Amino acid sequence: MMSRLLSLRDSREATARTARRSAWWQRALPRGQSLVTAIPYGWLLLFFLVPFLFVLQISFSDVEIASPPYRALLSRAEDVVSLVLNFGNYRYIFGDPLYFDAYLSSLYMAGVTTLICLVVGYPIAYTIARAPEAKRNTLLMLVMLPFWTSFLVRVYAWMGILDNEGLLNQALLSLGLIGEPLQLMHTQLSVQIVMVYAYLPFMILPLFSNLVKLDGRLLEASADLGCRPWQTFLRVTLPLSKNGVIAGSMLVFIPAVGEFVIPELVGTPESLMIGKVLWMEFFDNNNWPMAASVTIVMVALLIAPIVYLHKREEKALARAAQR
Amino acid sequence: MRQRMFNVIAAGVLAAAAVPAFANGKVLNIYNWSDYIAPDTVKNFEKETGIKVRYDVYDSNEVLQAKILTGRSGYDIVVPTNAFLAKQIKAGVYQPLNKAKLANYKNLDPEVLAQATKFDPNNAYAVPYFYGINTLAINAGKVKAALGSTPLPANEWDLLFKPEYVSKLKSCGVSVLDSPAEALPIAAHYLGKNPNSNADADWQASANLFKQIRPYITRFSSSGYINELANGSLCLVLGYGGDLNIAKRRAEEAKNGQVLRVLAPKSGVMLWMDSMAIPKDAENVDNALAFINYVMRPEVAAANAKAVSYATPNKAAKSQIENKFLYDASIYPTAEIQQKSFIQLPLEAKTQRLQTRLWTEVKTRK
Repeated sequence: MMSRLLSLRDSREATARTARRSAWWQRALPRGQSLVTAIPYGWLLLFFLVPFLFVLQISFSDVEIASPPYRALLSRAEDVVSLVLNFGNYRYIFGDPLYFDAYLSSLYMAGVTTLICLVVGYPIAYTIARAPEAKRNTLLMLVMLPFWTSFLVRVYAWMGILDNEGLLNQALLSLGLIGEPLQLMHTQLSVQIVMVYAYLPFMILPLFSNLVKLDGRLLEASADLGCRPWQTFLRVTLPLSKNGVIAGSMLVFIPAVGEFVIPELVGTPESLMIGKVLWMEFFDNNNWPMAASVTIVMVALLIAPIVYLHKREEKALARAAQR
Repeated sequence: MRQRMFNVIAAGVLAAAAVPAFANGKVLNIYNWSDYIAPDTVKNFEKETGIKVRYDVYDSNEVLQAKILTGRSGYDIVVPTNAFLAKQIKAGVYQPLNKAKLANYKNLDPEVLAQATKFDPNNAYAVPYFYGINTLAINAGKVKAALGSTPLPANEWDLLFKPEYVSKLKSCGVSVLDSPAEALPIAAHYLGKNPNSNADADWQASANLFKQIRPYITRFSSSGYINELANGSLCLVLGYGGDLNIAKRRAEEAKNGQVLRVLAPKSGVMLWMDSMAIPKDAENVDNALAFINYVMRPEVAAANAKAVSYATPNKAAKSQIENKFLYDASIYPTAEIQQKSFIQLPLEAKTQRLQTRLWTEVKTRK
């Protein structure tokens, strides 16, 4: 009995101690909320920032016949540690129009791809979002189904369709619509078609998850107040789905800028995108520092619009809060 | 769908289970060119020695080089080409071979080994595996039809480099290797310049030659041309000798009426040599040496040579190879051709960069 009481008192004291300690913990450590957000931040730090810093560091280096094939930035001779930064790679990028042209054509291709994906993807996402719930999952499944096949295999399938002896040309020939095969493969058009095909799901999915939350009563109210359907779309649906449009466009645009495989397999030798330039620097020239510099400039080009959009979003939120 | 999901998961679990088994047993990790060995060589080696071989393939020196220079590639044997090998030896990524464990080394042709010292001094780091040429192949019927009354030129390289010939061949398809390092030196050699030059002007001139014929090049391809040549959609191809012979064989087997000829121009070709080397950080060095020794056996070397249609450096194997291979100058270039040919040596980084830059200009027509 005594021992039980003792142990009870012990445990009470222990609880009190823990309470005191947790109070101390609470003061010293960030709140649970920030602990939770620390996980994604830690992830980004580890898998984005650290590799990025590696690349950044290589971009200020020089080629060397060694393994790895670049000079270390920091070198030590006796007690002297010297840091040598080479800005030549960046000067080269800005001095040779090749890089500018390649960046421009990549941005252009990615921009057109994003626009087409938006125009094609929006009605698809809208239809799925408005479909009865039972059908919705099936339709979503159909959008995601191609991911079950390897990306490379799907590009090869398009080669089989667009080739001079491919399905499309054979069909058109046998229908008598054309006299001789159309040159579809290895053109800008073929690159555009396959890129839109490959990136379309990345537009549809965020748009869908946004549109599915759209309150149907708002549309009814708009109609009651005398809006025609297209007016309702422009003045209610579209503004409310703005975040979905932005998210989808980013998901398409950003990877499309660096696309390498599609132009390599179905493109023309004339068109040069930045992904190919990167490949040439890394593999043909074995010049890791130059490849790293090309990457850094590309990331900078991509981050600028993201930061801009993010800032605008924040301002809009602040305005909304003030009202 | 569920079944498929199961399969995927099962495959993943099996792969995970397989890794430790590989790591513990007698293993050997080989990284070689695709389609570059007889189908049963690895199987026979495994049966005889009990060593489990993981055999991966690549299709360009550039990809191999990126892996090797990064370090810790995990491979015990790799097979780089001359100029790449030279540079990688200089970078210190290979270990010297213990020749005491290579009893069959004596089977190799001393002349070929002498050639190999140009990029592997004293033959210390690498064992020649195959050598071959970069050359032209034509679809005889289509070229004849396209040229009309004009006969084939005395110097067969004119077919590609003289606009009066190549312009007529455009309609039946002209393909060129898609690599500055493979294509530009051939133009330099054609122009009588040093194909291993480090002078900018020589490469400008070579690129200009390609720019003149650029309108007539319908395709830049480093492997896709095999099928297209075999099925008749190309009539003039600058490619790897062995690949061109594969295309020729496929056309013969398909009996599709396409008669292909792989040329061996008397004015010389680009020679190359692939050699087996062991990375410094290889974990199974003895097994690697055992495999290299195994492929130097005359009967194994002969079987491989027949399968890939390139030239074997194994002198002892030649008695087991049919004359139709040995006397085909597109496989074993004659001494006369070899004398006028060149082999690539490593270039300075700035020259390599200029080549790539110029090749981009050629391709994009800028």
